[in-house]
Amino acid sequence: MWEQIRSNRRRSVVLVITMALLLLGLGFVIGEASQPGAGLIGLVIAFIVWSVMALVSYYSGGNILLAFSGARKVSREDNPRLYNVVEEMQIAAGLKKTPDVYIIDTMAPNAFATGRDPDHAAIAVTAGLLAKLNRDQLQGVIAHEIGHVRNRDILFMTLLSVMLGAIVLISEVFLRKLFFFGAGRRSRSSNGGNQLQIVMILVAIVFAILAPVLGQIIYFAASRRREYLADASAAVFTRYPEGLASALEIIAAGSSEPIPGVSRATAPLYINNPLSRSAVGLFSTHPPIEERIAILRGMGGSGEASFKAYQGAYGNVTRRASNIVPQSALGLAAAPLRGAAPSDDASPRKAMREAYNTVRKANRYTFVDCECGLRIKLPPTYRNPSVTCPRCGTQHVVRKP
Amino acid sequence: MSQVLIVIALAAAAAIAAVVALYNGLVRLRNETDNAWAQIDVQLQRRHDLIPNLVETVKGYMRHERELLENITKARGAAVAAQGVGPQAAAENMLTSLLGQLRVAIEAYPDLKASANVLALQEELASTENKLAFARQYYNDSVMRLNTKIESFPSNIVAGIFGFGKREFFEIDDPGARQAPAASF
Repeated sequence: MWEQIRSNRRRSVVLVITMALLLLGLGFVIGEASQPGAGLIGLVIAFIVWSVMALVSYYSGGNILLAFSGARKVSREDNPRLYNVVEEMQIAAGLKKTPDVYIIDTMAPNAFATGRDPDHAAIAVTAGLLAKLNRDQLQGVIAHEIGHVRNRDILFMTLLSVMLGAIVLISEVFLRKLFFFGAGRRSRSSNGGNQLQIVMILVAIVFAILAPVLGQIIYFAASRRREYLADASAAVFTRYPEGLASALEIIAAGSSEPIPGVSRATAPLYINNPLSRSAVGLFSTHPPIEERIAILRGMGGSGEASFKAYQGAYGNVTRRASNIVPQSALGLAAAPLRGAAPSDDASPRKAMREAYNTVRKANRYTFVDCECGLRIKLPPTYRNPSVTCPRCGTQHVVRKP
Repeated sequence: MSQVLIVIALAAAAAIAAVVALYNGLVRLRNETDNAWAQIDVQLQRRHDLIPNLVETVKGYMRHERELLENITKARGAAVAAQGVGPQAAAENMLTSLLGQLRVAIEAYPDLKASANVLALQEELASTENKLAFARQYYNDSVMRLNTKIESFPSNIVAGIFGFGKREFFEIDDPGARQAPAASF
């Protein structure tokens, strides 16, 4: 696993440097276009914009993302099962610290991982995911997210998304400024460098239009590759690829309800792209979900859970020869696949209720159990010292935790 | 003459750097293995703590399963007392199979199955067994990597000089125990 992380890190460094060069190049060209010889100033400004955004995202990128999606922290008492599954996968991956667990109040089943490093990681799942998946499936999804944490994807993806944000920001500011003021100022200047200046401006315009597109292609290509690798990690951790495969089926079928706070820059962080279900090619953030499912199911034939088995299934399904799994991971130990856990016969209604109760507990609701069997849920804003049961009329004293 | 000295000095520096890198790699793997073993210990401890609680809770209902419950208590005692990787693995495998029987037995008592207390205990126990299985898996992976490193050239030389020893795998004899235990009920 260590070798794999290291190979991942080298690849990440190359991508981050490419992205940084793109950003600095953009700054330089725009600087030169604004005034001859000002390229260096543009470069410095681009660097400052990037450093500020990178520092903010390094120290609180995860929190910002979690806040945007309205995620609430879940404690062990709120949902012991979810917490246990996260701990199981933490142990399987050999992480030292259990990531923080968050829940998002939406019925669209989805999940993402974020944070700086394995010691500052968070995993967020939606209420719909909890309601619709059985334990094996939930384990598969959590294993995929833990795979992102283990493979150090979370910091890398946050960094790339921040750089992409900086590139988009700078080109947008430049193009708008040019559109509103640029023409007027240029016609007044009449010195000898005019010809060159116009060429520079044209170059800058082309660059400002192309850079965000290029940045996005780099970003999305990187994220697609990481999805495959996280799927492979999930299969190795759980030794049960079918869990993730069937979970992906459910996730693909039920992502119509919007997730709060999802944008183009944060979409690659989710287990399945929450924005579109049809985009394939250079601009898709995730590999086609049918393909991911087919690869996971294809591992069954080998009877073992290993990166090598995943690579083999990947080759069989996609007919592409590219190496999804780093060479060094192919020789790692192979554990035999295991069978499914006996199904929990919880009814869908009960599962749904439990998922919503978790959301309410995470939102610090107070629960009052009435003798008539009704469970009264009071929001934290409820201030009365007592409550009347709406079904049987019994008076209850409210004890806030 | 001085050029020869420089070449010798450079070669010596390279050799020392290589030894340091190999040594650090071995230390990292050894720590990883120790941590993995500690995690197994934590989960075994947790399971030992949960069992009396579960037995106490179900005892009142399960009048016909007295023998099974006694066996579980005995097996727990044996597992707590076991020393060394091999004997401990054997005792824990015994316990795992008895707990599996208890799980099946509980199915026959609808009151028990529906009790919130029993459900919570079962979830804890099932998850602890899952964690045990995953901790064992990670431990065996770590042991394999450490042992491979100790055997293969050139790290075997460094391992020999500094006395890195191979570790024992946490084996499971019962093929049924390879199946991750039931997660939910």
